[in-house]
Amino acid sequence: MKHSRKLVALAAVAALSLTVAGCGSSDSGDNGKKAASGFTAPDVPMAKKLGTLEGAVSILAWPGYAEDGSNDPKTDWVTPFEKDTGCQATVKYFGTSDEAVNLIKTGDYDVVSASGDATLRLIAGGDVAPVNTDLLTNYADIRSFLKDQPYNSVDGQMYGMPQGWGANLLTYNPDVVKPAPTSWSSVFDASSPYAGKITPYDSPIYIADAALYLMNTKPDLGIKNPYALDKDQLAAAVDLLKTQRGQVSEYWSDYLKQQQAFESGDSVIGTSWQFIVNLIEADKKPIKGFLPDEGSTGWSDTWMISSKSKHPNCAYAWLDYIGGPEGNAASAYYFGEAPASAKACDVIATTDKDTTFCDVFHAGDEAYAKKIWYWTTPVSACLDGRTKVKCTTYADWTQAWTAIKG
Amino acid sequence: MTRPRAPAGRTGLLLLPPMLWLGVAYLGALGALFLAAFWSTNEFTGDLVKVFTLDNFRELLQAPVYRTITLRTLGVAVLVTVVDAALALPVAFFMAKVARPGLQRLLVIAVLMPLWASYLVKAYAWRGMLSHSGPLSWLGISPGYGLAGLVLTLAYLWLPYMILPVYAGLQKLPDSLLEASADLGAPALTTFRRVVLPSVFPALVAGSIFTFSLTMGDYIAVKIVGGPTQMLGNVVADNYGVANNLPFAAAYAVVPVLVMLGYLAAVRRTGALENL
Repeated sequence: MKHSRKLVALAAVAALSLTVAGCGSSDSGDNGKKAASGFTAPDVPMAKKLGTLEGAVSILAWPGYAEDGSNDPKTDWVTPFEKDTGCQATVKYFGTSDEAVNLIKTGDYDVVSASGDATLRLIAGGDVAPVNTDLLTNYADIRSFLKDQPYNSVDGQMYGMPQGWGANLLTYNPDVVKPAPTSWSSVFDASSPYAGKITPYDSPIYIADAALYLMNTKPDLGIKNPYALDKDQLAAAVDLLKTQRGQVSEYWSDYLKQQQAFESGDSVIGTSWQFIVNLIEADKKPIKGFLPDEGSTGWSDTWMISSKSKHPNCAYAWLDYIGGPEGNAASAYYFGEAPASAKACDVIATTDKDTTFCDVFHAGDEAYAKKIWYWTTPVSACLDGRTKVKCTTYADWTQAWTAIKG
Repeated sequence: MTRPRAPAGRTGLLLLPPMLWLGVAYLGALGALFLAAFWSTNEFTGDLVKVFTLDNFRELLQAPVYRTITLRTLGVAVLVTVVDAALALPVAFFMAKVARPGLQRLLVIAVLMPLWASYLVKAYAWRGMLSHSGPLSWLGISPGYGLAGLVLTLAYLWLPYMILPVYAGLQKLPDSLLEASADLGAPALTTFRRVVLPSVFPALVAGSIFTFSLTMGDYIAVKIVGGPTQMLGNVVADNYGVANNLPFAAAYAVVPVLVMLGYLAAVRRTGALENL
């Protein structure tokens, strides 16, 4: 029953996107488009057709999304792109979504891999341009449940090329943490045996991790969506995080520092990403990361094009490449996430000789994908549909985060 | 042949570029920062809203967390200064009064040597030192990452800035004064308290300006060895670089400026500024 309703909604969205695509040019006279969350997307022009490649592209990415062989000569999918297109790529990695939002505003970057807690802010700020998916040959292969989502489109107008999705993992050092943890309670427990060696993620969005834990353990709080917290619910999450604060070794946002802290034993348990787990494993240090049964927060990333892009054609070329079978396979495989492109799984199975990868990450499993609470910007109109209360905004979360760290 | 222009005009021309730099680039930047403190940002998009508001300062005064962080930062700055002063006095005294000239030169080089290495290299070196598996833990002391490690690291980083002025101050102190004090029967401690300390005090204060202000503004060492600790600089950096809230960052950045102005005003009374 529930499923069929979703299908209907999906069909409606698809139909809507068709109509929008249909009227295309007549649409540009409007004063912007409205989104579900109640903001109006500024009218940023969309590319109608592609021109000659500019010979350069500036990429702003999550660590591990655009490897050019400088970390490991064997992991390199930027160089093949450069050879194919002649677009010289410069890559800058960022540690948090807030940093990405801030950097793209400078206008120095052409494309950005934006998570759901950044995308709407970028669209609303007019920092990214709508993407003409007709110009992306590989867009057809993107899994349908990643297209026209509330975090990457406004009224059926896509704002980018989906990259992939995954969960924030409960990560620990199996030599020290015994017995193996089974739930997030091992990082939120007030009397953890690993006090002083817990490492949470350093961003206001981490408040959602605490909210998710409270959603499972304290049902009376009535949290239905970790990104839709009213004042009391936020206060409860903040209390939990303040308790955790006493047991924290350090908050991390620099993946290299977290890697080093896990390897030296200064941190033994915390939140991490598959990509960092891979790096530590490559150094032959003990590490394990997994998704606890109660679920986790996570990300669903979309490549977007800056509205101030100086190399829009190379930007489109990059989007087409990174969302295409080879680029998407290489980046998703290295980062450790479900690739957005359906064809990427075949490439991973043949090139990387890993036939189970896409099953492990449930790449085609829409039901599983819906279990992860993707990073979303909290806004005052509650995302869980409550209308009687006002929810706390990202600005509230930012201030709360400073207060938590104290 | 034309007569040379009046010297006053020429001096003025000569001074124009540095004055412009000081006025426009240096003070102008500070002024722009101060102005931004009265603006706000759009909550959702993060764009600057250039409408006068006192909200940032109200928030600063009302939320207790900023008071805590300011006090912590002041505390760390004072501690680092005290540790550096305690370390610098004997070292500088030995350099200025005990060591032979050859050794003296060597010691000056030794003190200056760490300044040749990058700040980041030294901070990361201390990250290794303080690690639970690092050299300090082999000795049985492992402060880990946190306030203690931070004070230790900052004290190390700024020590040369304290030793050098104290050393210069002690060099100005004539040996004959020490001898006279001894001749009059004063024990070493009394000589130190009543002869050395008063004459070296302005130099100590001069050094403390460096250690104090450098600590007040530091936010990188905190990220590397401070563990979960937040200092004033981190809140400013996070508000600007992470939360994209330049106005609030600017408002909070006014606090260390005020603290330093107060400190310098107090210092001026000791006459230490002439020792800089």
